[in-house]
Amino acid sequence: MRITRLNSKQTETKAEAVDLRLLDPLIEKNKAKKGNLIPLLQGAQDLYGYIPREVFGKLSDECGISLSDMFGVATFYAQFRLQPVGKHIIKVCHGTACHVQNAKEISEAIEESLRIKDGETTEDRFYTLESVACLGCCSLAPVMMIGDQTYGKLTGNEAVKIIKNIKLSENN
Amino acid sequence: MITTVTVGLGSCGIAAGAGKTFEKIKAMKEQENLPFELQKTSCIGMCYREPLVEITDDTGTYIYGDVNEDRAVEVIEKHINQHDPIREYIVYTDLFEAAENDFIQSQVKIVLRNCGYIDPESITDYEQRHGYTAMKTIVMEKLSREDVIKTILDSGLRGRGGGGFPTGMKWKFANASKSEQKYVICNADEGDPGAFMDRSVLEGDPHSVLEGMIIAAYAIEATGGVIYCRAEYPLAIKRLNIAIKQAHENGYLGKNSFGIRGWDFDIYIKEGAGAFVCGEETALIASIEGERGMPRKRPPFPAVSGLWKNPTNINNVETYANVPWIILNGSAAYAKYGTEKSKGTKVFALAGKIRRSGLVEVPMGMTIKDVIFKLGGGIKNNKRFKAVQLGGPSGGCIPEYLSDTIVDYDSVNATGAIMGSGGMVVMDETTCMVDVAKFFLDFTRKESCGKCTFCRVGTMRMLEILERITNGKGQETDIERLEELAYQIKDNSLCGLGQTAPNPVLTTIRYFRDEYEAHIGHKKCPAKVCRPLLTYTVDEEKCTGCMVCLKNCPAKAITGERKKLHLINQDLCTKCGVCFSKCKFESIVLT
Ligand SMILES: Cc1cc2nc3c(=O)[nH]c(=O)nc-3n(C[C@H](O)[C@H](O)[C@H](O)COP(=O)(O)O)c2cc1C
Ligand code: FES
Repeated sequence: MRITRLNSKQTETKAEAVDLRLLDPLIEKNKAKKGNLIPLLQGAQDLYGYIPREVFGKLSDECGISLSDMFGVATFYAQFRLQPVGKHIIKVCHGTACHVQNAKEISEAIEESLRIKDGETTEDRFYTLESVACLGCCSLAPVMMIGDQTYGKLTGNEAVKIIKNIKLSENN
Repeated sequence: MITTVTVGLGSCGIAAGAGKTFEKIKAMKEQENLPFELQKTSCIGMCYREPLVEITDDTGTYIYGDVNEDRAVEVIEKHINQHDPIREYIVYTDLFEAAENDFIQSQVKIVLRNCGYIDPESITDYEQRHGYTAMKTIVMEKLSREDVIKTILDSGLRGRGGGGFPTGMKWKFANASKSEQKYVICNADEGDPGAFMDRSVLEGDPHSVLEGMIIAAYAIEATGGVIYCRAEYPLAIKRLNIAIKQAHENGYLGKNSFGIRGWDFDIYIKEGAGAFVCGEETALIASIEGERGMPRKRPPFPAVSGLWKNPTNINNVETYANVPWIILNGSAAYAKYGTEKSKGTKVFALAGKIRRSGLVEVPMGMTIKDVIFKLGGGIKNNKRFKAVQLGGPSGGCIPEYLSDTIVDYDSVNATGAIMGSGGMVVMDETTCMVDVAKFFLDFTRKESCGKCTFCRVGTMRMLEILERITNGKGQETDIERLEELAYQIKDNSLCGLGQTAPNPVLTTIRYFRDEYEAHIGHKKCPAKVCRPLLTYTVDEEKCTGCMVCLKNCPAKAITGERKKLHLINQDLCTKCGVCFSKCKFESIVLT
């Protein structure tokens, strides 16, 4: 069932101050629309990278949506995150085409290199590792996506190399 | 005639590096002031040869394959500057027998009529290839709603989202429901992991989907349209947004659409939030309404009470893309293709262990074997073809000996699989069928919305049994238990997700029972995929004594000295597979 995702081990993170004022334009735009809950949550996640606890409170107060409804929706859809994530999210595809072409090797190589498990974030908050189902580039399987960039026909070593290079290029 | 150079910039092309190729060619053109026009298009289906660059000059059309930056320089130098096409890089041309000619020539392109031929961000390109002529004809010839519905009915078009329900019937029902507000929805959630037909159509020809929706809206008197598109397809969403804006500017959407007084039809995009079950139509509607995507009981069907409780027609991307062609060419022209009960063409996304993995459109009635071998070029690396998976998590695996099955709804259903939306994942002898069944069940278990007990708990129990089988702890009665659970889940679930979730297990048991038995009885995985069932040993001939496996073994199960044969202590080995993947000399043997 979908809720099982919540049980996965989350990396503990220190609470950071969340600037709730950022939400105002979003609320203004969506407040009166029907069916606005998902766009509100999507908008909030775009702002903060995840949906901080305080945001639920503010959205609930100002848009009149009950907290339980919001939490129900936020935990139903795979897109929503309740924990902060790293600067880059590595999405390793585990769709059918990638699965039969050894996507497991890609995930394992990355897990080993970054010392995190699926769903976790590195200590320096640079990378979060996620597995997803099909990025629509099945002809290039196995595939992973970092930001908007898709990488295909990977091996474990290549995937690790790409990740190291991104980190290197940003540290310089 | 002016020479054109066109780069394919679909998601698959971009992932293969087409963006860089495009920039390179652009830079060359600007620096040297070269005499050609540089254009963009989307995926033509040959994903396995991306990046693709098409050159059209006085002599004809040539498509070059695998054009990375270096090759781009070479091709432009030779072909444009010296008028000397490089034959060995050309994958398709109508001038001589190129490597992939048969791939294009054995297809019938109706849905994909424009994909790879037009710039998807240009409405003029679309209109030059009869775009929006279908809707204009309807308006000019004053065709009634009933006329349009009759044409679609007569064409025999059936829904391409998986169910195969006659589209004309659906429209008829929606038209019969009276209401101030009515909606058309385009299902672009494409949840089947391993399928990418809808993505390619949206990225390559977004206007054809819009036009199909507009025609449907006209036929049922809809006032609003929604495209529910998965968020994993950012390029498709971008191009749809551009297309909607252009359609507005041309008066095709918005106030008095197509000049029809009082018809203010508009379309907006709703991004999905990542839930497979939202592909199911009632869950999709709940999701648009901003709720958890939980399916509702039918009836009432959406045609009677759908979005915001108003009559709603919901069709798949590919279904809509067929519509303008049918209106323009007539129902008879469409029904000419296909079999008695499945008319027209079907787009398939070929993936997995197949040589040419990409997108093909074939007339219904072609055999699966022809799709895989004639179009798909057979199996990669000369391996043996074992099975093909159709229909994703709701479908099943069709074994090699049934590959003469033809693609039409009824023939595929007879095998226990379903036609589905068109994902075809090809498997060879190195794919373990128990592992595949486990993969799908793990998927449906995670994606079950949790409403029905049998779907929520039953899939979990089935998964546990499959896990134990693949871990070497299978029990004698496990196959029977799986079957019993499967039928209970099918019978006691509300929506299609639960009703079909056991299909991958049932079809693999039906056709590959021996593999299940090998796992359970002999504790062996014939395809050598399930690690706990494998034994790792060192090949004495091949081992060079390089110490790599020894150093990497987390269980310290390997002993040996430099340049001497290494040994694996079977009592310590945890079967993690690290030695196998680290060894550069292929000297770790799996048995
Ligand atoms: C679990 C489940 C997932 C589905 N996913 C999709 C999907 O991703 N895309 C789609 O077009 N139809 C999907 N469908 C089918 C839709 O419910 C619906 O039948 C279809 O959109 C109708 O369009 P059509 O008549 O043009 O095929 C799914 C159905 C079920 C039960
Ligand atoms: S299965 Fe990995 S991209 Fe489709």
